[in-house]
Amino acid sequence: MFTALLIEQLLNGLQLGLMLFLMAAGLTLIFGVMGLINLAHGSLYMIGAFACATVAAATGSFWIGLIASLTAAAGVGAIIEVAVIRRLYDRDHLDQVLATFALILILSEGSRWLFGSFPLYLDIPPVLQGAVPLPGGGQYQLYRLAIIGVGIAVAAGLYMLISKTRLGMRIRAGESDREMIGALGVDIGTLYTVVFALGAALAGLAGALVGALQSVQVGMGEPVLILAFVVIVIGGIGSIKGALVGAVIVGVVDTMGRFLLPSLLALTMPASQATTIGAALASMLIYVVMALILAFRPSGLFAAQS
Amino acid sequence: MNRILAASLLGLSLATSSLAHAEPVKIGVITTLSGGGAGLGIDMRDAFTLAIKQSGNKDVELVIEDDAQKPELAVQIAEKMIQGDKVDLMTGIIWSNLAMAVVPNTVAQDVIYLSPNAGPSALAGANCNPNYFNVAYQNDNFHEAMGQYANKDYKNAFILAPNYPAGKDALTGFKRYYKGALSGEIYTQVGQTDYAAEIAQIRASGADSVYFFLPGGMGIAFMKQYAQSGVNIPVMGPGFSFSQDVLPAIGDAALGVKNSATWSKDLDNEANKQFVEAFKAEYKRLPSIYAAQSWDTANLILAALSKASVKDKDAFRTALKAADFKSVRGEFAFNNNNHPIQNIYVREVVKEADGVLTNKIIATAFEDHKDAYAEKCSM
Repeated sequence: MFTALLIEQLLNGLQLGLMLFLMAAGLTLIFGVMGLINLAHGSLYMIGAFACATVAAATGSFWIGLIASLTAAAGVGAIIEVAVIRRLYDRDHLDQVLATFALILILSEGSRWLFGSFPLYLDIPPVLQGAVPLPGGGQYQLYRLAIIGVGIAVAAGLYMLISKTRLGMRIRAGESDREMIGALGVDIGTLYTVVFALGAALAGLAGALVGALQSVQVGMGEPVLILAFVVIVIGGIGSIKGALVGAVIVGVVDTMGRFLLPSLLALTMPASQATTIGAALASMLIYVVMALILAFRPSGLFAAQS
Repeated sequence: MNRILAASLLGLSLATSSLAHAEPVKIGVITTLSGGGAGLGIDMRDAFTLAIKQSGNKDVELVIEDDAQKPELAVQIAEKMIQGDKVDLMTGIIWSNLAMAVVPNTVAQDVIYLSPNAGPSALAGANCNPNYFNVAYQNDNFHEAMGQYANKDYKNAFILAPNYPAGKDALTGFKRYYKGALSGEIYTQVGQTDYAAEIAQIRASGADSVYFFLPGGMGIAFMKQYAQSGVNIPVMGPGFSFSQDVLPAIGDAALGVKNSATWSKDLDNEANKQFVEAFKAEYKRLPSIYAAQSWDTANLILAALSKASVKDKDAFRTALKAADFKSVRGEFAFNNNNHPIQNIYVREVVKEADGVLTNKIIATAFEDHKDAYAEKCSM
């Protein structure tokens, strides 16, 4: 039974990790290409979830909702890039943080104004309901497996996009020398808008997928944003590969910590104390791991050239 | 001479007219209006302002501020309200960790605080204070009721709650009356949204029931994921986990779940009928338990104002303690520690004819229930 539980918890960690990867990939891509710290990334995640919940409620189809979430997040992302972010590339990081923090407030209050303060309802599609058996007698929820699948597919897709296509070549060129690719006749403004919209769409996808598991409400993006920042700091800012590895590390460490720490502590102290202390330690664990990794690799596991 | 007489007459008439008009009362409301917990605070604010509006009392002025569910922000707002706005009374806080940050300092400055929701155990026992009135409950109460009710059907429960004061009070309260064994006890992070790891443990634990306290968005996430995971161990919770603010977002997964509360929409008394009608008419939605407690808080204040001036603290405290108002919860009185003595019911989530999910009372767990800390309070 314990092996089955362990496998189930590892899958849970992987699922959390790949969901974080969807967030972190966009964040790190935007930072790598444009050198921009985008705090409003969590709001794009929220927009994806709200778009999916609203459209799914109106049409009765989760899949149309999913398309809507991609479109809405990419659309809002593109509008934000053209209207606000474009003015920030040459500015200092502090200005970027201030402006994108303002965007969080505007987008949160905007959503509250449109959708109200009470959480929306979004359920997983009927095809993905139910669980599949695991070796060792456990079982695992099909929908969470599907999220793992989507995460892997997005990772593979991003790899192909960046290493094999013309757009990917421009993104890589933009990361290493943005003046030079401008001089070579690449329309850098459009490139930036496309990259930003792509990152936004990934965040929107994550929001819609997770919205069916959690509650769709204003402010749902910020806790995930913090984890996504931990992921890209661990992985190395600007590196997609780093984001993938970092996300899986964070997901697995967080899940296993919550699962194992209280039971480990229970071996040495009374159960009620162990659960309290274990819970407190588990919530710190990913930050401890981050500090350790930074102590040995100050620029992250797979740092892009700076 | 005539002029002096006229002036003194005018002065006298002004003095009497100011006697006839009660002096203005300023009430500071700190509550959660943004972020994940906003649904609770908005219900609190809406019910409170509606009660004041319906009373027609023009002397009450409200200063409402959003704490964003952050203790440090709540402390700053409280300081501003006391020092800057010079409020006479304060109320509004939803979360126990915020209440612990604000209340001790507020009552120490001789400002009366009335809690419309949070009731941390630390403020109910030895640290009780004549300036602190809890109109809602002591945190353990709902959980005690469910622990008592669980004895009927279950012998091996799995319990979980967030790692903050109200979470710890919750599980303590449940265990105080529950006599069966525990197959597991987990404290989760406050604001946690993914419960896959906990649900896997519940599945593996061999429990015959699950008791969880996860207010607001946390409970929605847990309940949805629990239903989706295919684990079919019955769940129970306090009323907060199945309150009107979260039921629409949980959906049918909540149907049939038993939960404990001091109030329900169908509670049969005149004040409650009026309250539910008025709230529905004004806001086009059903009130939650937070709205009910807040409505009672406002009416308690209004009742006390009609008896005593808020400037005369002693008289006003006595007027509050008398609790001479029509509570939507029926019988209501204050214990020696200024916490309620009230009935606690067991409710079941049902679907009404129009498809709306709501709660229905099915049993009374405790009559005239008092909290376990009152005897440590020296008042």
